Amino acid sequence: MKKIEAVIRHFKLEDVKNALTEQGIQGMTITEVRGFGRQKGHTEMYRGTEYTVDFVPKVKIEVVVPDGQLHNVVDTIMRVAQTGQIGDGKIFVIDLANTIRIRTGETGEDAL
Amino acid sequence: MSFYQAGKWLLLASILAFHVSPTTARAQDSAPKLGMNAGTSSSATTTPGDVATASANYTVPAYLQKQVGNAALAGHNAWMLVSSALVLLMTAPGLALFYGGLVRKKNVLGVMMQCFFLMGLNSVIWALWGYSLAFGGDPRSKNFNPWIGNGDYLCMHGVERTWNVGTNQAETPMFAGYPGSIDPIPRLTHMLFQGMFFIITPALICGAFAERMKFSTMVVFTILWGTLIYCPLAHWVWWGGVLQYGSAHLPGWAAGGALDFAGGTVVHISSGISALVCALLIGRRLGYGSEPMPPHNLTYTVVGAALLWIGWFGFNAGSELQSDAIASSAFAATHFAAAAGAITWAAMEWFIRGKPSVLGACSGAVAGLVCITPASGFVNPMPAIAMGIAGGVVCFTACTGFKSKFRYDDSLDAFGVHGVGGTLGALLTGVFATRAVTDANHGQPLGLLEGGSLLRGQIVAVLATWVFAIVGTFAILKILDALMGLRVTQQQELQGLDVSQHGEEGYIFI
Repeated sequence: MKKIEAVIRHFKLEDVKNALTEQGIQGMTITEVRGFGRQKGHTEMYRGTEYTVDFVPKVKIEVVVPDGQLHNVVDTIMRVAQTGQIGDGKIFVIDLANTIRIRTGETGEDAL
Repeated sequence: MSFYQAGKWLLLASILAFHVSPTTARAQDSAPKLGMNAGTSSSATTTPGDVATASANYTVPAYLQKQVGNAALAGHNAWMLVSSALVLLMTAPGLALFYGGLVRKKNVLGVMMQCFFLMGLNSVIWALWGYSLAFGGDPRSKNFNPWIGNGDYLCMHGVERTWNVGTNQAETPMFAGYPGSIDPIPRLTHMLFQGMFFIITPALICGAFAERMKFSTMVVFTILWGTLIYCPLAHWVWWGGVLQYGSAHLPGWAAGGALDFAGGTVVHISSGISALVCALLIGRRLGYGSEPMPPHNLTYTVVGAALLWIGWFGFNAGSELQSDAIASSAFAATHFAAAAGAITWAAMEWFIRGKPSVLGACSGAVAGLVCITPASGFVNPMPAIAMGIAGGVVCFTACTGFKSKFRYDDSLDAFGVHGVGGTLGALLTGVFATRAVTDANHGQPLGLLEGGSLLRGQIVAVLATWVFAIVGTFAILKILDALMGLRVTQQQELQGLDVSQHGEEGYIFI
């Protein structure tokens, strides 16, 4: 099993969710996050006073998949969330030790 | 009387009043004015020959005069009551949202409370003694005091409706107006309209000490400032006092006195300069210059600015104190100046910084409105656009340039917009005021552009207001600082005024 954490643009969330649902993904977790990558932040100006905003708002999707689905899911997120502009985000893939469904006690891929 | 009947009488009266001899017309108080206006349209349905025959040797009966007078009063009074409500709209929600959006999240209730609380506090002060100190006394009397009003209207005496046992009728005192060309409206209406100005003026100052002043001290400061600074100034400029153009009580040093249609000196210079004194004496906010302090909700600010723009029509066009052609002119001037100010400030940012900001457009509109306020009833639309542009350029420079150069913390630019914009507007009134709009100088030139000498009086009034506001506010603040302290503690300031002063939070999401 792998855990995929994808940090993407807000307006791409709906498209990515729909695309992953079509892939058979049954659950995901969404978090509002702030951060920066190579593009850094941006400056804002209020009546002549400049403020540098270091952390840019993004949305993080966490989804756990069987090893066999990893490639397709990563590929889907890449394809759907991409605009080609700087600031499209990143995908992190993490080896997962176990998953447990609290209601039934199922473990591993059965719990996904 | 039905609406139809009233309209019939009005039409008849207008035909007659338009053609009566000039002597008869001038003998009436309000009837001729309405008749003159309505007569223009009525002549379309009646041939001049018919009317000339019918009106020869005819004197308007008293009951007809009364009907026309009542109709005129109804129009004037309706407009003035609407204007009064529009001016109140400027304080809350207008100013409360405008300022509320500009502060940090932890202080949004604090600044809104200052605006809202002052609507209550200043209304009561106005009813108890404020109106009397500002508008008490008869300027035509020899014993008139040109520096301060008197006790004529204390606790609304002589303002409220009363039951006359002698005549067995209810009576409403009327406002005859000064210098004398204004149709009477109920004194209650005049009191209400002016009271709304008394509310918003101290509220404007709150922008300078936002996010750090003790609420209790703010309350006492407002009572003292309103009584000792605002009321005398209103008396000097608007009630035959030492600075009013054409006043019989003008001292030599006043250089002929100043025109201030809706409060350039009384409202904006006085509050703006006092705001600067407050900002300097209270000191900068903790972390000013090192921590970011951006506005927490500019959407509030945009809505607030839009409400200010709307309310300002009551502020300026209502200052004619009747519903006539000058009110229309003031309305137009106000609108064009706001429009020009909005695009000018945004355009300057676009040119200098690369982007036209929303806050810039809002600030520019307010700067244009402030700038046109003293001149609104004295200038035509094109000079009003010029004044709006000037307001945008100068206030932009004050807010973005002076403030960072001299490093005072006028949190929400009360001085940069109202002090600077008000001063500019008062001076430009001396340039652009024209006899085409106002007969203040009995048909003689007024502003510099048409060869008049009004500008000298405007300069003197500006200087007098600056000195009075600086000295008065400084003294009040020094006394209050010694007695109760001006500023919240560091811990309270870090916590935010919402919780530390009011025990509430602006945003609770559950």
